[in-house]
Amino acid sequence: MPEQLLFAMEVTLNGLMAGVLYALVALGFVLIFKASGIFNYAQGVMALFAALTLVGIMEGQIPFAHIINAIFGTELHHFGWHVPALLAIILTAGVMVLFAWLVQRYIFQHLVNQEPIILFMATIGLAYFLEGVGDLMWGSDIKKLDVGLPQGINDWIDVTTLEALGYGFFIDNLDISATVVAVFLVAALIIFSQYTKQGRALRAVADDHQAALSVGISLNFIWVLVWSIAGFVALVAGIMWGAKSGVQFSLSLIALKALPVLMLGGFTSIPGAIVGGLIIGVGEKLFEFAIGPLVGGATENWFAYVLALLFLVFRPQGLFGEKIIERV
Amino acid sequence: MKFTTLAVAAIMAASPVMADLVFPSLSYRTGPYAANGIPFADGYEDYFTLLNERDGGIGGVPTKVIECETGYNTEKGVECYEATKAEGALVYQPLSTGITYQLIPKVTADGIPLHTMGYGRTSAKNGKVFSNVFNYPANYWDGASHAVNHIMSQGDIKGKKIALVYHNSAYGKEPIRTLEELSKKHGFELTLIPVDHPGQEQKSQWLQIRREKPDNVIMYGWGVMNQVAIQEAANIRFPMENFIGIWWSGSENDVLPAGDKANGYKALTFHNLGDDYPLYDDLRKYVVDAGKAAGAGDQLGTALYNRGMYAAMLAAEAAKTAQELSGQKELTPALMRDGMEALEITEEKMAAIGLPNFGPTFKVSCENHGGDGLGAVAQWDATAGEWSLITGYEGSDQDVIQGLVDEDSAAFAAESNIDEGCK
Repeated sequence: MPEQLLFAMEVTLNGLMAGVLYALVALGFVLIFKASGIFNYAQGVMALFAALTLVGIMEGQIPFAHIINAIFGTELHHFGWHVPALLAIILTAGVMVLFAWLVQRYIFQHLVNQEPIILFMATIGLAYFLEGVGDLMWGSDIKKLDVGLPQGINDWIDVTTLEALGYGFFIDNLDISATVVAVFLVAALIIFSQYTKQGRALRAVADDHQAALSVGISLNFIWVLVWSIAGFVALVAGIMWGAKSGVQFSLSLIALKALPVLMLGGFTSIPGAIVGGLIIGVGEKLFEFAIGPLVGGATENWFAYVLALLFLVFRPQGLFGEKIIERV
Repeated sequence: MKFTTLAVAAIMAASPVMADLVFPSLSYRTGPYAANGIPFADGYEDYFTLLNERDGGIGGVPTKVIECETGYNTEKGVECYEATKAEGALVYQPLSTGITYQLIPKVTADGIPLHTMGYGRTSAKNGKVFSNVFNYPANYWDGASHAVNHIMSQGDIKGKKIALVYHNSAYGKEPIRTLEELSKKHGFELTLIPVDHPGQEQKSQWLQIRREKPDNVIMYGWGVMNQVAIQEAANIRFPMENFIGIWWSGSENDVLPAGDKANGYKALTFHNLGDDYPLYDDLRKYVVDAGKAAGAGDQLGTALYNRGMYAAMLAAEAAKTAQELSGQKELTPALMRDGMEALEITEEKMAAIGLPNFGPTFKVSCENHGGDGLGAVAQWDATAGEWSLITGYEGSDQDVIQGLVDEDSAAFAAESNIDEGCK
């Protein structure tokens, strides 16, 4: 098999894996937009906050230690214990549920019936507020995140492809883990929305707020629920991205990777987020592989948006988005 | 009487306190680069606090650090400059190449010196063109040459493949021309691999490295780009001892997330690491233990804290030189500029400060605002969790670099209508 074809195959596989990571971020946006019509600018910061909280809990870090020390002249930093990863993930998920309740109770409950742009602005404010709170709670140093996920080249794939094709493919174990987690996450979301009472209520709210309200569904509860789920998705995205780079404040910028995925897959479709992520991942990696060297490289950031724009021109609602019909 | 007292008090409050030696700190304690900005800013401020607490300032005149948050954002950096320059600012150190480029014409017009230690516009080394800009003790092009020299010290470089993985910005592109010249001179093959900001996703770049199998990788990165690059290099099992970063890719922040896999990674530096120096005893006694540290006091000895402290030390030494030259204790930016241009760092001076063998010796002059371009190589020991120098401070290839400095500074002089010469 020609060498370039093998390289392209390897790039495609890695693009698919990268696409899964993008989709994990995009999923959080979709969940909230679908249920409440809010484009949640804070989704990237939620991933950062969740990852910071997870590491903080795992390491037994005392939240707001700097403030406590400054006020009381103490030298407190750690509780002195380490929390197992699984328990820390559960506790962090609890923090994200509390965060969801606070957001609903103190922000969006007061903004019912406001214009979408007002809600969007509120999420911008929320993003910066949450970033500041994260800094005060856990500090801004870079933290190593190790929840036990394997990282590095998958030897089995490397050896198998080397024997079969004469070239060993590189696939990162972390990307494989992310793919498995994403599959379970999406399956769980689908089962939840299709087969549980709360899930059906969530779908009803997504379809028509007024109708859902008229049959006794609590909008407040549903919105807390959906922000909680989005918080959990943010935690998963934060773990996967944080394991690659350490948990640090640039983690919030992963939202930039989700935008073209949303443009392509649609803002209201969970399958759209997955398929959009895969298309963007493969598209940008193949473009960088084939065209990048001819134009000086570093094409991925802008090419993802070009690809999304191309889809938008022909299908403004995205691949899986609901078709916009204006009846006059 | 009461009115007069109030008026005098108001005037005194509104005027810059001329008795203080003012050193603005354009810091970034927030945003994606905060983890790097904080230790540098802490080191910078702590050194001046030490001088005040231990020595009563510089030459008996207290120092004052005015901190302004830039968020590593060029526009905010310029705003900070405009907001603080009237406070009697003696020298700016913006810790950002983007901000540096915007400030060069401003500081030149305002007569305030700008010190860009190991960053900024490299050709500012030519003080006959860049009268108010200094980049001692080393610059980006020196760094490129140090990296190549180090590779040459490991064996014949001719015919080798070297990849430059760089932040796709003005900063990251700085060494390209130098490396191209050096590749012609020494016969190695250079591959350029840009990484877009912020650099969280580098799969394509490291797959390319895995395919092309360069013998060595040089990195000019910053922030998350460094951590991801080191992790990806470990993932593809690129030998860490053949991976060398510029000094901005050589802090604890960059290697710790990769854990043991980062062991053996190398980075350039123009100052020493760790806290085994007499000065640090004073920093603990007069600053940290006295509760006057800029931060939590837990960063002493880290690469970026040391760099911030070293930057402050060089500014303080230049201020001392300015006081000696002018015979005045209170300084103006113009006198500070003269002090920087006459600065000489000797080992005796460093030992007297409490930093023996901490940094290279160098001498600044009108023709040479960049010092002697000496740099060393540090290597990360993941088990010990520390950097250690594996070379001494060695020179860069001035035959190549000086020509490039002359060429670039002449172009700047022509486009800015500057007549080259010494003040």
